Amino acid sequence: MIDIRHISKNFGKFKVLDDINLTCSKGECIALIGPNGCGKTTLIKSILGIVLPSKGDIVFMGQNIANSFQYREHIGYMPQIGRYPDNMTIGQIIEMMKEIRKSSAPDEVLLHQFQLKTLFDKKMRTLSGGTTQKVSATLAFLFNPDVLILDEPTAGLDPLSADILKEKIIEEKQKGKLILITSHLLSELDDLITQLIYMQDGKIRFHKTIEALKRETGEEKISKSISMMLKSGRHE
Amino acid sequence: MNRIVKFVVLDILKNRIVLVYTFILAVLSWSVFSLEDSSTKGLLSLLNIILLIVPLVSIIFTTIYLYNSAEFIELLLSQPIQRKKIWLSLFMGMSVSMLLAFVIGAGIPLLVYEASSVGLMMLGTGCLVSVVFVAIAFLSAIITRDKAKGIGISIMLWLFFALLYDGLILFLMFQLSDYPIEKAMVGISALNPISLARILILLHLDVSAMMGYTGAIFKDFFGTTAGLFVSFFLLILWVIVPFYISLLKFKKKDL
Repeated sequence: MIDIRHISKNFGKFKVLDDINLTCSKGECIALIGPNGCGKTTLIKSILGIVLPSKGDIVFMGQNIANSFQYREHIGYMPQIGRYPDNMTIGQIIEMMKEIRKSSAPDEVLLHQFQLKTLFDKKMRTLSGGTTQKVSATLAFLFNPDVLILDEPTAGLDPLSADILKEKIIEEKQKGKLILITSHLLSELDDLITQLIYMQDGKIRFHKTIEALKRETGEEKISKSISMMLKSGRHE
Repeated sequence: MNRIVKFVVLDILKNRIVLVYTFILAVLSWSVFSLEDSSTKGLLSLLNIILLIVPLVSIIFTTIYLYNSAEFIELLLSQPIQRKKIWLSLFMGMSVSMLLAFVIGAGIPLLVYEASSVGLMMLGTGCLVSVVFVAIAFLSAIITRDKAKGIGISIMLWLFFALLYDGLILFLMFQLSDYPIEKAMVGISALNPISLARILILLHLDVSAMMGYTGAIFKDFFGTTAGLFVSFFLLILWVIVPFYISLLKFKKKDL
């Protein structure tokens, strides 16, 4: 579904992405992990066309995304830090997104589960960080996209809301959608993901399915198997 | 595109700074006209106020708004919309809001007290100057990622156009007074949108006689219909060129 071919990106002299090759297919739930500043967010933003790679191509559903924008209607994106115009209300933001996407049947499950309807007239400026995250999550799932890209989805959410979001992610995965998650909370990923990508210094250290990872390391927990992998240096 | 413009305008019009700006413009305009006995005097005072405040608020507010919208722009970019449309919508939204503030604040008293061609001219140039400085703000906001630097550039540009430029021209005029530089002066003043606006209004107020020989040249040039069109065209160019450069930069920008 997403084909990333020899992507490189420099910010000045600093190489953020270094010749990355990646294939993501339908029905997978892929975790993108790695230390701070390893290029996770840059990689995600390249897929979204927010960052323009210096070299290489990204092919989305068989179509090169360079100079194209229509493909984004298949993507739901939840940013790491959502910030919205101060004086817009939640209702206005959602209404605006609906008008942009021209969607006929929006998926308002999260809207109800997060109980955002009661806050519809609140201005974005007055919202707490967690509520803003809920708005971002709702927007990402609102239009039933084929691909979901979630950047640190549960950071800042209370445990109850984080659970609601995780349930939703699992539900969408079962519908056969492609889901890309970045997270630092490895324990959260356990029952979610099917594949794991570990990035470091702008390169992909390894890209494995969870079964392969667990088999190779003999560990049950993802977090433990990753540390095993890194210690033993048994990466590609 | 109109969808985004609508929401941007709604957002900005609820902004406190814009409300205060409208209010101050209104207070100043009403008081200037009711204090001065002749409306021409009122116009002159208002002209100076407008040419100082309107560019300042337009450029600084727009720059700050753009920096504060960085994440929102990112969100829009992740939607199926062209980059060009996002930038253009923001520009339209900004311009419409600044124009509304100006027309409500200064335009209404202007039309009440001085509904002549000069009053209309002033309204028109005030609107154009607002949009010109919104466009310049778009350029300075895209040049650097650093908010402090961007606002600094905006303030410097405003200082340069509103105050320093005239000083420089005066200096040049004194230094080169032995040479026939009057025609060149017309060209030089076209390089500053505020000067351009001021000259336009002053000529229509018929006080250009006070400007001496240079004034006569200006009158000769700007006073005719052709001159009027040329100067309006130049002001519009001051909108298009900075905005177009910023658009080209935005298309290639990483956010």
